[in-house]
Amino acid sequence: MSLLAIIFVAILADNIVFNQFLGICPYLGVSKRLETSLGMGIAVIFVMALSAIVTWVVYNFLLIPFDLGYLRTIAFILIIAGLVQLVETILKKTNPTLFRALGIYLPLITTNCAILGVAILNVQAEHNIIETIVYAIAVAIGFTIALIIMAGIRERLELADLSSHLRGAAVSLVTAGILSLAFMGFKGIMTL
Amino acid sequence: MTTLAQEFTKGIVKENPLFRLILGMCPTLAVSVTAINSFGMGVSVIAVLLCSNIVISAVRNVIPAKVRIPAYIMIIATFVTLVEMVLNAFAPELFEALGIFIPLIVVNCIILGRAEAFARKNTIGRSIIDALGIGLGYTISLVLLGVIRELFGAGSIFGYQVMGTAFEPMGVLAVAPGAFITLGVMLGLFNYLFKHFGIE
Repeated sequence: MSLLAIIFVAILADNIVFNQFLGICPYLGVSKRLETSLGMGIAVIFVMALSAIVTWVVYNFLLIPFDLGYLRTIAFILIIAGLVQLVETILKKTNPTLFRALGIYLPLITTNCAILGVAILNVQAEHNIIETIVYAIAVAIGFTIALIIMAGIRERLELADLSSHLRGAAVSLVTAGILSLAFMGFKGIMTL
Repeated sequence: MTTLAQEFTKGIVKENPLFRLILGMCPTLAVSVTAINSFGMGVSVIAVLLCSNIVISAVRNVIPAKVRIPAYIMIIATFVTLVEMVLNAFAPELFEALGIFIPLIVVNCIILGRAEAFARKNTIGRSIIDALGIGLGYTISLVLLGVIRELFGAGSIFGYQVMGTAFEPMGVLAVAPGAFITLGVMLGLFNYLFKHFGIE
């Protein structure tokens, strides 16, 4: 499969939020303002690419040769939690400006199911290392796009005349549903 | 001090994880295509939640506060792996249908949330009651969502055709957009009902 197809499908046709239902918690939690969505998106792109590489290496060179495939879930979540902590510490020491911008999003990322989801999807699809990196970055870009679209809509929803019962999560989910319907159109162009 | 019965029922109504606390959305949206998948997911979550609550409550005085979150995640991941292996061995169809969302129980906020908010401060007995209540509350809401989506999306309940041949299934409810819209509408409805009956 060509890399271009992977990129197109991961960003649009099989968007991680709208079609695969991963990362819904940060999607609903962080998409209140445009700036915070962008910050979260960049943090996710960074961590997702890094964790995809490390989990791929560990899975293919450690778990598989020693026949420890069943430890996949435990190993991956440990790697992701450690990696997020490491990135946080390194950023704090070397680049305080970037740390201030991304710092508050990093702890949230450990429990972002999209990170663990992409790590597992990568080994399930038997991607090679190049495909793994491209897929992880493309998925994270798709996540960022979903977050930014939603933030733009939500800034307007705040002013809408809505019943108090529907405010907050309820109307956000219905909006996400309509967006998801729109993103289904991309499935007609290309699917895996 | 709340009674044990209150501890149990709070998870079903007052602190319902799905409709009140809005936790565990990803698996909810993904598996609620059919009632039977929802039920399987609910039971898996109950199993993991019960085991992790028991263990975390048992070791609550041993784990240093600073490393508690990684320790909880490892305990939860162990039980998720066990559930994964049991499902793979005894319910391969369900294992196939739930797919990636079984390993993802690890990052389900409900389970870590209960460990952090309840099991680390309470006795084993109370943690068991809490896990059963919250788990049941989640399963009931999940199955409710699954029944609605399956009934209108495929015309059946738990795989049994009930709508008759004249019924035209609403395909949109069986795919991604239907999941978001059904859950959003139900959330609004439950907000209204909770307010109407004065449950805060």
